[in-house]
Amino acid sequence: MSKRANPEINAGSMADIAFLLLIFFLVTTSMNTDSGIMRTLPPFDEAEQDEIKMKKRNILFVSINNNDKILLNLNEYVEVTEIKDRAKKFILNMAGDPTLPEIDIKTIEGLGNIRVSKATISLQNTNATSYDIYVKVQNELTRAYNEIRNEYANKYYGKQFANLDEEEVKTIRTAVPLRISEAPPKL
Amino acid sequence: MAVMKKKGKKSAPAINSGSLPDIVFMLLFFFMVTTSTRDVDMRVRTELPGATETQKLEKKSLVSYIYVGPPTDQYVSKWGDRPRIQLNTDYSNPNQILAYIAAEKDKLNEAERFQMTVSLKVDKHVKMGIITDIKEKLREANALKICYVAQKVIAY
Repeated sequence: MSKRANPEINAGSMADIAFLLLIFFLVTTSMNTDSGIMRTLPPFDEAEQDEIKMKKRNILFVSINNNDKILLNLNEYVEVTEIKDRAKKFILNMAGDPTLPEIDIKTIEGLGNIRVSKATISLQNTNATSYDIYVKVQNELTRAYNEIRNEYANKYYGKQFANLDEEEVKTIRTAVPLRISEAPPKL
Repeated sequence: MAVMKKKGKKSAPAINSGSLPDIVFMLLFFFMVTTSTRDVDMRVRTELPGATETQKLEKKSLVSYIYVGPPTDQYVSKWGDRPRIQLNTDYSNPNQILAYIAAEKDKLNEAERFQMTVSLKVDKHVKMGIITDIKEKLREANALKICYVAQKVIAY
């Protein structure tokens, strides 16, 4: 018998198989990452202590009722769109109004002596408040803080908050601390 | 006589496709490495609320998910249409959150544990009562970093 050369394996369909696998992985995987509003919950043990010590002028009460109506400072109904500007005005207290929060003059490294507001926003909701309006209010409050931080960043560093480096972000955060307190909802 | 070579019509040389599988495999491996498989099948519907100030959740390995919403169509007959909590792949009650968080924390190494973020994927029609319960349980479990997942919108 004569020796035959090994027949070559036909690799033409290899590409098809690989493509099939590729498409399978493309379909079953998700590239998109979630995004959302970040919050830090208060630790479990020191539940309701800090609320008591604060002066009333330093707190802005935002309450959402069962019908998703928003009550500001327990006496005034507002729309979602108004919250941001009201919160900003409250936090900054540019005119030094005695009914608005106290302003500390603090020396912060890199910024010098600057005004740091003692404002806290107390957000309350009932069990029947809808999640949609809750997220909207949280969003508006975040927006108020973000805008203030942006103004500070522009004033002291001459650039947008998003373009600051890590150290500068930290500095601005100490100058404009995000303080949103969520006591357990009253029924 | 010498063999006459055919003149004129020459067929175009075939393109060598031998390396095509290699290229495709390279793409395949790239996608396999960079993506993660959709590992949970959703048993609840989560129509996300819209928000403008969203931040991206950076490290996926540090994120644990809690889904809340009405059961999807195929489960409605059995479970009704009241909002439910989904941990891993099963419907759960708030009391199971403690064990779930503990299990998720065990997956991380010690240095990363305090960075763990709990991502709350909640349907926007859900009432806050259930969310408040979850938040209380998360505080108890000492998982304090949370994220209300929302859809990025420019304005609403």
